[in-house]
Amino acid sequence: MSKKISTSKGSASTIRRVLRLIAPYRFLVALTLILAAITVITTLYAPVLTGHGVDLILGPGQVDFAALGQLAVRLVVVVTITAVSQWLMSMVNNRITYQVVRDIRVQAFEHLEQLPIRYIDAHRPGDAISRITTDVEQFSDGLLMGFTQLFTGILTILGTLAFMLSIDWRIALVVVLLTPLSIFVARFIAEHTYSMFRVQSETRAEMTSLVEELVGNEHLVRAFGYEQRAEDRFERVNLDLQSCGVRAVFFSSLTNPCTRFVNSVVYAAVGLLGAFIAIAGGITVGDLSAVLNYANQYTKPFNDISSVMTELQNALACAQRVFDLIDEPPIQPDAPDAKVLHQGAGRVCFEHVKFRYDPKVPLIEDMNLRVYPGQRIALVGPTGCGKTTLVNLLMRFYEIDGGTLSVDDWSINRITRDSLRANLGMVLQETWLKCGTVAENIAYGKPDATREEIIAAAKKARAHSFICRLPQGYDTMIAEDGGNISQGQKQLLCIARVMLRKPPILILDEATSSIDTRTEVLVQDAFEELMKGRTSFIVAHRLSTIKNADRILVMKAGNIIESGTHEELLAKGGFYAELYESQFAKV
Amino acid sequence: MQKLLRYIKGYEKESILAPLFKMLEACFELLVPLVVARMIDTGIKSGNTGTLWGQFGLLVLLAVVGLASSLTAQWFSARAALGYGTALRRDLFHHINTLSYSELDGIGTPTLVTRMTSDINQMQNGVNMALRLLLRCPFIVLGSLIMALLISPRLTLLFLVVTVVISLVIYLIMRATVPTYRQAQNTLDRVTLLTRENYVGARVVRAFARQADEVADFVQTNDRFKQLQIGAGRISALMNPLTYLLVNLAIAVLLIRGGVEVDTGALTQGEVIALINYMGQILTNLLRMADLVISITRALASGIRVLEILDTPTSMPDPAQPTLAPAQDAPAVAFDKVDFTYKGAGAPSLSNISFAAAPGETIGVIGGTGSGKSTLINLIPRFYDASQGTVRLFGQDVRGFGFAQLRRMIGIVPQRAVLFTGSIRDNMRWACPDASDEAIWQALEIAQAADFVRGKPGALDEPVETGGRNFSGGQRQRLTIARALVSKPQILILDDSSSALDFATDAALRRALKKRTNGMTVFIVSQRAAAVQRADRILVLDDGILVGNGTHADLLQNCPVYREICMSQLSREEVEKTL
Repeated sequence: MSKKISTSKGSASTIRRVLRLIAPYRFLVALTLILAAITVITTLYAPVLTGHGVDLILGPGQVDFAALGQLAVRLVVVVTITAVSQWLMSMVNNRITYQVVRDIRVQAFEHLEQLPIRYIDAHRPGDAISRITTDVEQFSDGLLMGFTQLFTGILTILGTLAFMLSIDWRIALVVVLLTPLSIFVARFIAEHTYSMFRVQSETRAEMTSLVEELVGNEHLVRAFGYEQRAEDRFERVNLDLQSCGVRAVFFSSLTNPCTRFVNSVVYAAVGLLGAFIAIAGGITVGDLSAVLNYANQYTKPFNDISSVMTELQNALACAQRVFDLIDEPPIQPDAPDAKVLHQGAGRVCFEHVKFRYDPKVPLIEDMNLRVYPGQRIALVGPTGCGKTTLVNLLMRFYEIDGGTLSVDDWSINRITRDSLRANLGMVLQETWLKCGTVAENIAYGKPDATREEIIAAAKKARAHSFICRLPQGYDTMIAEDGGNISQGQKQLLCIARVMLRKPPILILDEATSSIDTRTEVLVQDAFEELMKGRTSFIVAHRLSTIKNADRILVMKAGNIIESGTHEELLAKGGFYAELYESQFAKV
Repeated sequence: MQKLLRYIKGYEKESILAPLFKMLEACFELLVPLVVARMIDTGIKSGNTGTLWGQFGLLVLLAVVGLASSLTAQWFSARAALGYGTALRRDLFHHINTLSYSELDGIGTPTLVTRMTSDINQMQNGVNMALRLLLRCPFIVLGSLIMALLISPRLTLLFLVVTVVISLVIYLIMRATVPTYRQAQNTLDRVTLLTRENYVGARVVRAFARQADEVADFVQTNDRFKQLQIGAGRISALMNPLTYLLVNLAIAVLLIRGGVEVDTGALTQGEVIALINYMGQILTNLLRMADLVISITRALASGIRVLEILDTPTSMPDPAQPTLAPAQDAPAVAFDKVDFTYKGAGAPSLSNISFAAAPGETIGVIGGTGSGKSTLINLIPRFYDASQGTVRLFGQDVRGFGFAQLRRMIGIVPQRAVLFTGSIRDNMRWACPDASDEAIWQALEIAQAADFVRGKPGALDEPVETGGRNFSGGQRQRLTIARALVSKPQILILDDSSSALDFATDAALRRALKKRTNGMTVFIVSQRAAAVQRADRILVLDDGILVGNGTHADLLQNCPVYREICMSQLSREEVEKTL
């Protein structure tokens, strides 16, 4: 019970937020309400007019043609007004909805750019993406439906009631009393099919994940001769889905026929009662036809409203998911007095730096390191030893928990993030390129670069020759997944991207496991070129790089366990020496 | 299309009865206006309450019978639709399991997953909807026209005109909005792309301080999306008002023309009301048909996508031979002048490859990306057939083996370390469903995975999450190696599968493989000289050509490509140290 209250409270605040989003368009909202009122009233008036028309054609020789002609004209005018205002209303609704949706989406995206990398690392991309895309779409659908059907639905119910009362109160009473029956029937069916739907959607989810796993890895299924077992497993779920699916589909499809049945009975009852009243002279035949028309239509707004309610609830849940994203605490803004660090010499200093991803799991407890301009630092160690953590801290993707980390004698917390990052060039193992042209990608860090600068950078990065061989050279579009160029070529482009910026400090990840030998040579050359005269941190995988470093940091479990030059470390005979020797171990 | 229809097999009765009952219901619905007309004309006009009660009873009876036939129809149609979906799913899944690597590469597994799931669901819904409504809506439209004809032949023309004009309007509006909606969809895809790009690339975007530009780009895309949606909405919003207007214009005409008919006595007042009712029926059902057309088109598009897969024959049917006996003294693997070209590729990936590997030998395969290493080893378990030449295993042509025997003979460790949901034990039994725990532990020992598996609370029962994400990259890799070893294959293929291991573990693994896999022929594919240098023999590939076949020391002396690879990875002294 308490849970129910809290969710309704939660949705109340969501509704308030949605309303705030709509607030700037209140003029349009007022307009759509007016149009809805016009539409509803004229729509309800048309059957009355038709009924009057019918009353004018009583029988042979009893037709009032003059009045009939007038009435026809009136009918045409009324339905024209309905049509026009309905059309305008739809357009206004579209405008409000799409504008609100655009606003919320932009807001979410702006927030995405402010989210801490910690959040991004901890959450799978699919989740945030679906919030900004699918959830917003769902919200949009719900909102649109709410606008178009909620208000008109309520007005229609009230209006119909008023029109029926104006014709005959007894018939109105019958309709009002009997119609809720169909709503009860619909609700009864919905409640009793809910569990079947849940079973169905659970079974369907089970099937989807089975298919994703087995068909998604079909190469392995075939490689291990797993086909028959795969089919057996699949068949079990498939049959489960069939049996629960038949029930769910059947019982859910009961709603329409059942409500229609109730409607028909109401219709018959109204017909009978109306006929008796007509015989008694209470109403005309035309009135009866109008009332029958209403009786036929009366449940529609109720059904509409109930489906709008479900849809709106769904939309609110989606909106809440988007709001949740927007409410994620953003990064600490730069201090108001933060200095803009200009291109510096490239001095880096770690003093008693403490850092943990998980407050409970110790990682970097007391790190001290002084790096002078132009020095080359190799980071070595087994996978997961925390090499990338240093990158995260230097770039200030994560905040340190203690101590100071300074660049050119400025604590990185006291300079703006953008200017800090402008001093650091990074080429990571996971190459990320934008979906755009090669030139746009190289100029990513310097959007105003001229074509000459871009080409010069590409040449230095040893990327020029392969770019020239691409179909449109520098204007070749790079596909979304970068599928049209190889991993090594991607890395060259990333190097060119940094080359154009000429930062004093570099962070490079050398992992080249998926690069072919020839490109690898190019990448090495490019790295060399890039490192000239710059302070560099290299997550090293290649022994030659390690040996040429001014200093090697051997990391294990987040800490620097050894540090020194290649010779010093070998002489020491520690972990590094062991790692190095295992390369040449005779079997 | 006929191919897709045959999955209704076993449910023919249901799929005929469902629409029949639905049409029955429609018939009863069509009778209602006539009954009401009678109520008015004979009941009210003559004040005959008996007739009124009679007609009321008739209306209720029609409703009851209508409900009964509708429920019957729903039941049959649910059964037929689900039966259809289930059979189609089963068959498609089976068919996918017969496709060879060539077909799988061409189609791509992600799209196979979509076709298995959402496309078939879409079709199932389509069948359900088609059985229930496809005949019903046109039937009611047609029925209303016929009723109009019966009531007043002279006014039928009006009905015909209205039906045609409304259909035309619906068609034109739908046709006009389709391209805009497609454009909107593309823009929405771009919204998704930008979102994903900025999420995945958050580090780079921030490193280059481009957040503001990215937001500007996103805003621009969204504005465009909004414009397109509003544009499409402007036209599609015409549908309801316009058709409503048309029907009511027709009613206005009907009133006047009906007046003329009533005046001459050709028509009664109640009949005019009935005609107006039929006019409303026509509109409702035409609009419903428009919705239906959209859904059915969607289902058909899915059908075509599913059919594409079903129509892709496997290029490699299972020979299903009885077990072939190995020839005496034959090499475990022998390539004889093998050429291989991928389907649709311009140039061959392997040319004229010949070599032999004796039982128990360890063979290294090295070369750059695209040199044909993976292609070469993929020919051994017959994932692909050689375009020219023959591959023999133990003296027999690889094409002669049944798949089951072939897979038992060969253990494979793929590049990507993929594990499946279930327990570690389930994963270890992939190649060998009845492997004992003892055999599994033995394999784990060799793969250097026993220690960390033992360290898990559940040991072999430890659950593996989707994709094995509760294990580190290195652990996954070792588990996949163990998985291939459980069945004690005669040939083991490691396709660049120690890249996530550190030097020390990698060395221990190689040592264990050497010592404890007696008689097993092992292929180690790698880009790293260090990983293959101690193999009995190394095959060096360059652009699909076998440019070296010998020991590390031989090749350093005689094979320039091999030397180049070694030198790029190790210094001169280090290379000497390996000799």
